[in-house]
Amino acid sequence: MAKINKALFWSLFAAGGTLTAFVFPVLALIVLFAAYGSPADVMGYEQMHGLLSNWLGKLVAFGTVALALWHAAHRMRTALHGLGIRADGVVAAVGYGVALLGTVLSAYYLVQI
Amino acid sequence: MAYVRPVSKTRWYRAKRSYTVHMLQELTSLFVGIFALILLWGIGSIAAGPAAYQAFLDGLTSPLMLLWMWITTIVMFYHAIAWFSVTPKAMPVQRGEEFVPGSIIAGAHYVVWIALSLLVLLLAGVF
Repeated sequence: MAKINKALFWSLFAAGGTLTAFVFPVLALIVLFAAYGSPADVMGYEQMHGLLSNWLGKLVAFGTVALALWHAAHRMRTALHGLGIRADGVVAAVGYGVALLGTVLSAYYLVQI
Repeated sequence: MAYVRPVSKTRWYRAKRSYTVHMLQELTSLFVGIFALILLWGIGSIAAGPAAYQAFLDGLTSPLMLLWMWITTIVMFYHAIAWFSVTPKAMPVQRGEEFVPGSIIAGAHYVVWIALSLLVLLLAGVF
């Protein structure tokens, strides 16, 4: 059972790393564009709402946010251990807790769109 | 008694440059996680309606948020390049007797990365 969990967590971790590597640079760039309001139509409400109103869009958005959160939580857990922080139980609970909450919230929001 | 090489549990990553680089790469995940939460905030605001979404967009324009997003953007590009450069080592592909050269695996990732980025830019209305 523990071995199955390990394989499952590792594949989710790797999937999260690969997915964020592919799409987070361009998404961060787009958010920067939006922050400067240039070009004018970037991240418009109608456009974003349209992208997230079909099930493919919802699935992609859910997968991206959820996998990124779990990936980051797991990687920060090992990094903090590497930095000498030995409160692994607390670190794991906070990290995975945020990831779980974010996963549930993203599904809840997306269903409403 | 076996010889145990003395390694600091809290400062080992300062011992070698490659260890420091590794630790920095691991710490980019903090920016990944926080950016995922920012995206979640944006998705929630779209669900709440146009006024809430406008408030989200206005929130992006604060100086602190701008600074954070500049750092995040740079870190995300670094994270991507670092991830693609280790992918051939983490997932080697064997063809017959030989392993496919790492440069081909990494190169294929870069091609997909560029194509996907252009698609996302198009979908977001940048051009």
